[in-house]
Amino acid sequence: MKVRDLLLNIGVAGIGLIVLFPLLWMVSVSFMSTGEAATFPPPLLPKTWTLEHYRDLFVNQGMGRYMWNSFALATLATALALLFTVPAGYAFAKLGFRGRDRLFQLLIGALVIPAQIGTLPLFLMLKSMGLVNTYAGALVPWLASIFGLFLVRQYALSIPDEMLEAARIDGATEGQIFRRIVLPTLSPILVTLGLFVFLGSWNDFLWPLIVLTDQSNYTLPVALAALSREHVQDVELMMAGAVITVAPVLILFLALQRFYIRGMLAGSVKG
Amino acid sequence: MGKTERAAWGFVAPSLIAIAVFFVLPVISALLLSLTDFDIYALADLSNMRFVGLQNYERLLGNPLFWGAMRNTMWFSVLGVPLTIGASLLAAVILNARTVKWRPLWRVMFFAPYVTTLVATAVLWNYMLHTRYGVINWMITSLGLPAVDWLGSPSTSIPAILMFVVWKIFGYNMLIFLAVLQTVPDDLYEAARIDGAGPWARFQHVTLPAIGPTLLLVSIISVAGFFQLFAEPYVMTQGGPSQSTVTVLYFMYEEGFKWWNLGSASAVAFILFLCIFVVTLLQLAVSRRLGGDHT
Repeated sequence: MKVRDLLLNIGVAGIGLIVLFPLLWMVSVSFMSTGEAATFPPPLLPKTWTLEHYRDLFVNQGMGRYMWNSFALATLATALALLFTVPAGYAFAKLGFRGRDRLFQLLIGALVIPAQIGTLPLFLMLKSMGLVNTYAGALVPWLASIFGLFLVRQYALSIPDEMLEAARIDGATEGQIFRRIVLPTLSPILVTLGLFVFLGSWNDFLWPLIVLTDQSNYTLPVALAALSREHVQDVELMMAGAVITVAPVLILFLALQRFYIRGMLAGSVKG
Repeated sequence: MGKTERAAWGFVAPSLIAIAVFFVLPVISALLLSLTDFDIYALADLSNMRFVGLQNYERLLGNPLFWGAMRNTMWFSVLGVPLTIGASLLAAVILNARTVKWRPLWRVMFFAPYVTTLVATAVLWNYMLHTRYGVINWMITSLGLPAVDWLGSPSTSIPAILMFVVWKIFGYNMLIFLAVLQTVPDDLYEAARIDGAGPWARFQHVTLPAIGPTLLLVSIISVAGFFQLFAEPYVMTQGGPSQSTVTVLYFMYEEGFKWWNLGSASAVAFILFLCIFVVTLLQLAVSRRLGGDHT
């Protein structure tokens, strides 16, 4: 029995090492001086710690600009996604309207279709509207989130009907009920959905790569991919770029992980 | 009643319009676009576009590069899905043991790679997999084995990328498995143990039946995910060496946004969708048959 527990704990620690080591090493290498990482055997810690690569990224490679693009787009995407999907998710759960159930079934069926299929026509559509290479173009897919609608609906189903009915009898309009009763009740799922969209937008690659054609509009992942093609040999510089890209989302996730994990399980286990 | 209904439409309208315009319309247009010869000339002047029927599909099915992409994508899924699910299940079973210390900490830590930015961690793994300075070859050569040219040779490029992908995503399925395993009462394990069942027998007769339906769901999600690999080969190998990591989505991207053959690229997108759809139906059918045998 004791041996088994020991083995299990060693197993967990082993997996933990495999998971954590690459991330820690990425941070370590980003502080090494140029060329130090390209030696054998690979050094674990820098001989002398230096910030030169971070300085290089922000001063010469325009990393500040890309970071701002990523941040602005993720924030706007979060706000817009919440604005569009939360009222709709609530209405699908709690307000009766003709054709509601059939419409919802259609939406669930559409979840099977990968969004990538529409990528090419969407690009042409935005091009004709003059939205290619603009923030608006990059944000458009986040407005049409069926998954978000589904998530909010699942959670809103638990709001007791009596509460809404009582407010109606008191003469509250549907808008007032939504703002004063529904939104506060939904707040945990709003954090979850907001977190999903923020991380999703920050990490997204294919769509920004296609739609943000001008370098000054690049997000961090697009810029990093371009940078890695030019600077394959500059390992330390690339690791610093990776740290800058990963750190914000990782910190955000760790701070709000309860909301993230709960929402993820609600979306997949029940569904 | 009428007032509530009007309010309800007000609530759902913005979202439904956005879904119709930015999702449904593009998907339908993609089908139409795949029946045209829309290319860089049509991009400049729409009158250069012609309706060509199924010609794009015919040409794709005769294109060895497309079949190469299909074959690579199949290898990614055939190897990647069992590897990911195996790793997830192993981690979940270990973490489900009550005697493991700091379980909440490990749970979050194992999941963390999943939320990291794919492009950034792909750049990181490019360095880890470096032939001369990479830590993976350092470990291999320390064991006295010859160094492997992971991303530089067509026979190892897919396994190399898969190492990275499994590292990144196993925590996702692990969390789902863990959630299900926690609903299995301890009494069941205890009863099995009293009946003399060893760890493997307990896994087979208690754990597996409990997670069966979830296993199906997870494998469907995983197959769909592996069919949509794009950023990994884009960042790590640019589809090489000798086209060995060109996936279907990568092929679509190049066809569409490098060569501007948007008609043909849309046909690729549709074939990709059909593949995902068929695999999903197959998995559902298989599970129904298996489920029928058991009960």
